[in-house]
Amino acid sequence: MAVLEVKKIKKSFGGLDVLKDVSFSLEEGQVLTIIGSSGSGKTTLLRCLNFLETADEGQILVNGKLLTGSHLTEEQIRENRLHFGLVFQNFNLFPQYTVLQNITLAPTLLKQGSQEEIQKKAMELLDKVGLTQKKDAYPCQLSGGQQQRVAIARALALNPQVLCFDEPTSALDPELTGEVLRVIRGLKEQNTTMIVVTHEMDFARSVADVVIYMADGVIEEMGTPEEVFDHPVSEKTRHFIQGTQQAF
Amino acid sequence: MFVPVTMQLLGGFWETLKVFSLTLLFSLPLGLVVSFGSMSKFTPLRVLVKGFVWIIRGTPLMLQLIIIFYGPGLVFGLPAMPRFTATILAFTINYACYFSEIYRGGIESIPKGQYEAGQVLGMTKSQIFFKVVLLQVIKRILAPISNEVITLVKDTSLARIIGIYEIIWAGESFIKKGLIWPLFYTGIFYLVFSGLLTIFFGRMEKKLDYFRG
Repeated sequence: MAVLEVKKIKKSFGGLDVLKDVSFSLEEGQVLTIIGSSGSGKTTLLRCLNFLETADEGQILVNGKLLTGSHLTEEQIRENRLHFGLVFQNFNLFPQYTVLQNITLAPTLLKQGSQEEIQKKAMELLDKVGLTQKKDAYPCQLSGGQQQRVAIARALALNPQVLCFDEPTSALDPELTGEVLRVIRGLKEQNTTMIVVTHEMDFARSVADVVIYMADGVIEEMGTPEEVFDHPVSEKTRHFIQGTQQAF
Repeated sequence: MFVPVTMQLLGGFWETLKVFSLTLLFSLPLGLVVSFGSMSKFTPLRVLVKGFVWIIRGTPLMLQLIIIFYGPGLVFGLPAMPRFTATILAFTINYACYFSEIYRGGIESIPKGQYEAGQVLGMTKSQIFFKVVLLQVIKRILAPISNEVITLVKDTSLARIIGIYEIIWAGESFIKKGLIWPLFYTGIFYLVFSGLLTIFFGRMEKKLDYFRG
């Protein structure tokens, strides 16, 4: 069964239709990458999944459980969010907390186990992103790539069923993107279900099980990396792919 | 003469200190409440609070002291409240309004991403405010708050207008005995006290220096 089903999601801001009828589903352990130009609705889609925006219409189901509906209480929205993790473009670490505290804060506030368990889990996650030696550092002492790896560990600490990335390397210096992409690739090997919005075309292709190309608020093309990148059906997709590959 | 003058001034300074510390005690938290009002999404409340802040910031504290002390009696025939209570009330309302604007500026300067990071981690609104945002706000507003606090030290002298025997009044009372130096002496009290506050705020700033944001 699909871990995530998105059905006919629509979202508009002040008359501007940002998402028009977006549907897809994702199997457990699959990695979905979403590509497309700026303003195509990629980020809004992720924000709807994480309930930072409320979809105007449509349904979101996780493991068959319907999360969307009118009149959700704040409590329900908070619970819904926990099915998803979100890694931001700008990391958004909490500057006043150490790396370790950034990871343990939410599990502690949500009372997810004893302090000992939470600390142990956080250290395991830091190991996973290769930053155990930085556990007592503050975000301002880290490079962008390291901050983003901490942000990934922080999102994983709540065991989300689907981990979302919103252009995780866009704010990084080019030489720092590799370390973040390697972590994401490592998570795929451990069967983490992920949705990655990215402008890194090679990465989008190599890490994905499914690729979605979005344009003007609709899924213009969806398929395996080979289908979307090598044999796109839609003219728009072909044009976009060609544009990203053009040599100077 | 030095010792009796000092004793007299200390008596006045004690009143000054009381006005100062009680005003801070009440106005610092009240200012936060006012700032939430001025940021409310509920327009009537926001307009009301902003209008109130405008009136308080737009009129002299001395006028507010006089109105709060004499107003209830003259307008409604109510019994006058004790001078000291009226003083604390006027100072608290006045400073809460100034603090509220400092808080608002600080809170609104925190990037949206900090709130969103808290939200996607399942935190409640109050957890986000107290555990994520507040310390960052405090770091950002420390300098303007210290400005207001040091201004308050000197504003306490206004309380004499409704009969609070604060330190300048105490110093002035020696003029009729032909002594001017006690007045200068009161200045020393103010300087030392605001110097201590400056050191205190400097330490606080240093304490929050460990993070950037």
